[in-house]
Amino acid sequence: MQIEAKPIHNAAAPEEAAFSPPETKAYVRFWRTLLARKIVVAGLAVLVLAVLAAIFAPLLAPYDPVAQNLSNSLQPPSSEHWLGTDKLGRDVLSRVIYGARVSLAVGFVSVAIAGSIGMLLGLIAGYAGGWIESVVMRCMDVMMSIPLIILALFIGSVLGKGLGNVMLAIGIGMIPTYARLTRGQVKSIKQLDYVTAGTLGGASKLKNAFVHILPNCISPNIVLMTMNLGSAILIEAALSFLGLGINPPMASWGAMVSDGYNHLRTLPLLSIAPGVVIMIVVLAFNIVGDALRDTLDPRLRGSL
Amino acid sequence: MTLFIVRRFVQTAVVLLIVTLLVFMIMRSMPGDPVVMFLGPDASQEQIDHYTAVFGLDQPLAVQYMKWLGNIATGEFGKSIVYRQDIGPFILERLKVTLTIAIPAFLISVVAGVLLGVTAAVRRGRLLDSLITVMANLGMATPIFWLSILCVYIFSLKLGWLPVQGFTWPTENFSLAIQKMIMPVLLLSLGPLASYARQARSAMLEVIRQDYIRTGRSKGLGERTIIFKHALRNALIPIITLMGLQLGHLIGGSVLIEQVFVIPGMGNMLITAILNKDYQLVQTGVFVIAASVSLCNLLVDIAYGYVDPRIRIS
Repeated sequence: MQIEAKPIHNAAAPEEAAFSPPETKAYVRFWRTLLARKIVVAGLAVLVLAVLAAIFAPLLAPYDPVAQNLSNSLQPPSSEHWLGTDKLGRDVLSRVIYGARVSLAVGFVSVAIAGSIGMLLGLIAGYAGGWIESVVMRCMDVMMSIPLIILALFIGSVLGKGLGNVMLAIGIGMIPTYARLTRGQVKSIKQLDYVTAGTLGGASKLKNAFVHILPNCISPNIVLMTMNLGSAILIEAALSFLGLGINPPMASWGAMVSDGYNHLRTLPLLSIAPGVVIMIVVLAFNIVGDALRDTLDPRLRGSL
Repeated sequence: MTLFIVRRFVQTAVVLLIVTLLVFMIMRSMPGDPVVMFLGPDASQEQIDHYTAVFGLDQPLAVQYMKWLGNIATGEFGKSIVYRQDIGPFILERLKVTLTIAIPAFLISVVAGVLLGVTAAVRRGRLLDSLITVMANLGMATPIFWLSILCVYIFSLKLGWLPVQGFTWPTENFSLAIQKMIMPVLLLSLGPLASYARQARSAMLEVIRQDYIRTGRSKGLGERTIIFKHALRNALIPIITLMGLQLGHLIGGSVLIEQVFVIPGMGNMLITAILNKDYQLVQTGVFVIAASVSLCNLLVDIAYGYVDPRIRIS
């Protein structure tokens, strides 16, 4: 709070400001730029809400998401069941709230898998060069030649259904983008003077790679990760929709859309409600990702 | 330029060779015996042994792999376990169905996406720009299978304008074919369209700032000439790159669209094959998809090399 007031003083005394530039800390400047637009604030708010819903699902959900009540199946919205019930009599609202756990977990874990392995491979390829680079990057080309959802389907069909395997399948499928991005970064940073200085100063190759180069590749990777969170959630939903995602009776938004498809004539809300939630959450991740990219590195605008 | 093309050809060939190895290895590590799935739980051991030999699954893995490579070279892929048909002609038939949906979707997404993106850039900050940007962001965040279901609900069930599902060849019954294709094609084009619009907008904004555009204006060129002849040509370069990427998205999206609209295309086939552990069909299907994507990317790169000479050197 104290720091936020500073620029106003500076604005009031422009001459003084010209001699001593405002000493705003980097992270304050970062948040201020990031939150300058209302839409970004809204996006962040949605994400905070989604995370809270996922964490406090047992407190928020009015019913047990997997408790069946066949005598009460396919009910339209009512004061007891705000979004109605599905064919097994389960409360749709509770399942939507619990579904946030699956979607967010898949999003964060798969992106973390892709980001860490991809960055490591990119670092190795970019730093080592030569045949190691060729081998790694050709393998990445191979993975990129197969559309992500088909690759995830393919890997998932070998691993089997289930939450962990879906995370792994999506995570592996997303590795190439991070490897490519990091390799490009490493190759240009490697030639900078400070790395040469490090080598001359006796830094080992390992130290150079991990201490001097890697930290400087992280910010574009974080941007890419934020942008990929939405894609990961969409792919999980698609896999679950196709029946190759997480196992029932666990609530997944994609599987809920698919279940509702059979009752489209009588109770379209069963499909519509979870889909709207997917759209809002993915949109929020995309908006925040875009804003993060513009804030961290304006030069990347439109390039990721 | 010739050297560049040859080099990219060799690279693509290497990538495709690794694809075959990877796909083969992943398929063989899949749990479950396809022959047992094919024959059902009541099959005797003799029957299982017989069909294992028929499908060539009793041979060493290296032999199976080499045989498959030979098959790819000759176009003879053997029989599908699930569909009980020759894989080669079968995949070709399915590919034709998918392309009948995907090619119009591709054209619509490129043309409409670029036009919308350019319009948004030219009218930067106005209402139309905000509208296009918001729609593009929504388009990228919407799960395509969900939107398809919503459209089926509105246009087929409620309004009764379009058929719920199915596919008809345009040569058999043209008007029915078009009616059945409208929703799948438009829905499939939506995601890529949104990407093109975003990319075209930002590329166009970048180009409009350049000095040569100001020169064009100051020498009195019409706005239309400046935008379409001078600016768009340079803004197209990143869009061409995006085309290669979006092709994969288009094929991925067709898996979902085909599932919702019950269209007998490649995606539909892959899902059935994966669920039934049809080794030959899955590995050949994935290979065909990877090969098409790689070849299209090769074409994009060559086109790119012509448009932008700097690419050839790097």
